[in-house]
Amino acid sequence: MSDFVYFFTFQDSSIAFVVIGITLLGIGSAYVGTYSFLDKKALLGDAISHAVLPGICLGFMLAGEKNPIYIVTGAFLSGALATFLTSWLKSNTRLSDDAIIASILSIFFGFGVVLLTVIQKSGNPEMAGLNQFIFGNAIAILEEDLYIYGGLAVLIIITLTVFKKEFSMLVFNADFGKSIGYPMGAIRLIFNVLMILAVVIGIQAIGVVLMAALLIAPGAAARFWTDKLSKLLLIAGAFSAVSGIMGTYVSFVIPQMPTGPWVVVFLSLFAFASFLFAPKKGVLSRYVARRYYLKKTHQDHLLKAIFHGIEKGKSSFPIEEIYQSFPYRKGETKQSIDNLVKSELLINNQGFIDFTPKGKSEAKRIVRLHRLWELYLNEYMNIAPDHVHDSAEKLEHILTPELEALLENRLNYPKLDPHQETIPRDNDEL
Amino acid sequence: MSFDQNAFLIIFTASIISISCGLLGVFMMLRKMSMTGDAISHAVLPGIVIGFFVSGSQRGLEVIIGAGLLGILATLIINWLKNKAKVQLDASIGITFTLLFAIGIILINMLAYKVDLDQECVLYGEIAYLPIDLWITNSGFSMGPRITYLAVLNLVLVSAFIYLLYKELTLTSFDENFGLVIGIPAGAINLALMSMVSYTTVSSFEAVGAILVVALLVVPPATAFLWTKKLTSLIKLTCALGIFIAIAGYYMAYLVDSSIAGMMVAVGGVIFLGSALFKSIKPNFIFGTSTPSKPLEI
Repeated sequence: MSDFVYFFTFQDSSIAFVVIGITLLGIGSAYVGTYSFLDKKALLGDAISHAVLPGICLGFMLAGEKNPIYIVTGAFLSGALATFLTSWLKSNTRLSDDAIIASILSIFFGFGVVLLTVIQKSGNPEMAGLNQFIFGNAIAILEEDLYIYGGLAVLIIITLTVFKKEFSMLVFNADFGKSIGYPMGAIRLIFNVLMILAVVIGIQAIGVVLMAALLIAPGAAARFWTDKLSKLLLIAGAFSAVSGIMGTYVSFVIPQMPTGPWVVVFLSLFAFASFLFAPKKGVLSRYVARRYYLKKTHQDHLLKAIFHGIEKGKSSFPIEEIYQSFPYRKGETKQSIDNLVKSELLINNQGFIDFTPKGKSEAKRIVRLHRLWELYLNEYMNIAPDHVHDSAEKLEHILTPELEALLENRLNYPKLDPHQETIPRDNDEL
Repeated sequence: MSFDQNAFLIIFTASIISISCGLLGVFMMLRKMSMTGDAISHAVLPGIVIGFFVSGSQRGLEVIIGAGLLGILATLIINWLKNKAKVQLDASIGITFTLLFAIGIILINMLAYKVDLDQECVLYGEIAYLPIDLWITNSGFSMGPRITYLAVLNLVLVSAFIYLLYKELTLTSFDENFGLVIGIPAGAINLALMSMVSYTTVSSFEAVGAILVVALLVVPPATAFLWTKKLTSLIKLTCALGIFIAIAGYYMAYLVDSSIAGMMVAVGGVIFLGSALFKSIKPNFIFGTSTPSKPLEI
């Protein structure tokens, strides 16, 4: 607990620097990552993050120490080379995207490992600092590092905010942008530069292997909560910043723990929670909505079946007969009848089912919608009367009262549907 | 240069590993699942660590079982995210493997004092120590390097797998729907291939490391694909490249004193990029225009 208070009250200025740093870079990479996620190029970030390793090593070899400027420059250049090679291979060979990305990723990483072992065997005492780039250690961010990494992160955030229109055009409809005269090639170039920069500043805290998560997961998670780009960016940034701070806290409390894996674990928790529980798009809410819809359609069909029976002149409906008209679905049918009785649409009179007045008007409404839609398809769409039933069978559950009024008006309050059956109204006798 | 038994053993093992990886990689590439291979090779890490912890040694069967399970789990999570949660494929791959890899790294750090396994060993592997890691029988008789046996066993299993399921694998790689129509269980074949990939990853990670397995899975088939359009020659060329990479990688690594596995990948990368450059330039200055591409023959 005292650790917690110590960490979050920022008594130690170095902790404050670390938290500021991780927040900035989290937001920056979440912004870039969200765009590349929308562009369906999420794995390019993975390729770039593996590909910066040889650059880091070369920068280290040239500087002879862990100099942030050399390392950032080296990482940037090798990331840029990887991005260039990816798009060059794409347009000049017949390899598929995934093979290209996987090849570039592993080849660059292989080169990186070669350089890393060469440095290791050279016995440079600064070597220990280099290992942090593999798995990341946010605690090791120093004040002078912060000016470079934080500054670059701010630059990314500002560029993406200022040119939001251009970048959203790039990811949603680049051809449109081109046709109205925007230099899409240049915009893509700038975007790629920002993406490489985001990876480069992230490796210090997250490490090359896991940096991809910081680019992909926030956007993918936020996508489940909203359809608006500006909200999407905010939510993605928030996920990323919060998990960044939590990961840093864990690696502060347990000293030998690298930061990267913990940030990724928290980020993945947010992502999986979003996939499962997000309203509307989450797996759970879609499952519930589907169940509700299936239940409702079955109840509608049940009411309709009884109504059709009355139309044909039947007067009594034994419950067993209703079960038989929905073969193999007895349990479900029983459940539906119970629900309909509970909501006072049907009454169960000693095994005989009958409408309540409310139930009758509901059944009429469903049959009316069905037949109105059939008539509409027949009259306005010129679809033959024997082809209209299937569509009406679906739409009778969805048509709203407003649409119903519109259809009535458009069809001039018709009496008969294309099959010459009466369209029932509320005040009809039946 | 005189015959060096250690060098021979290392090159031999490395060739065997790259052939096994290449054989599987050809089918992964044709199915456009190279990144799934990448994801699996990252995702087996927690399985390796848990198996390691349970059995107390890296020789245990638990390691292979754990990693195999994790590999299948990763495939299932990716499929679930894609089909049920409607996350786009690239993002589901990215999220799944980073999460599992992160868990693996955390486990290594938590159990660092209990198991003899460090993250660098898992990531890069060290094939140079192969000749001293011997398989010693109970009677104290040395049978030779342990990893070589593992690699040979792996190659036998992979070859048997591909030989027995060649028709099914080919069919589902090129036209999954047709395969389904004539009654081939495409889902099961796919899962079997993924299990073989995870098993190969585990049996190779000690030698070449978890990440460089990806390179051996992807780079030789991709290079061979630039040169040929026939599946049989694709497979042959992939194997030949695997062997060449092993030999050249070893001597290059010897020359600059670096990681052998890393150098193997670097050599493979140079060949890949060289081939791509050669293939892309050739039509333009020899023929004037590019030749029309024939449909892929089987």
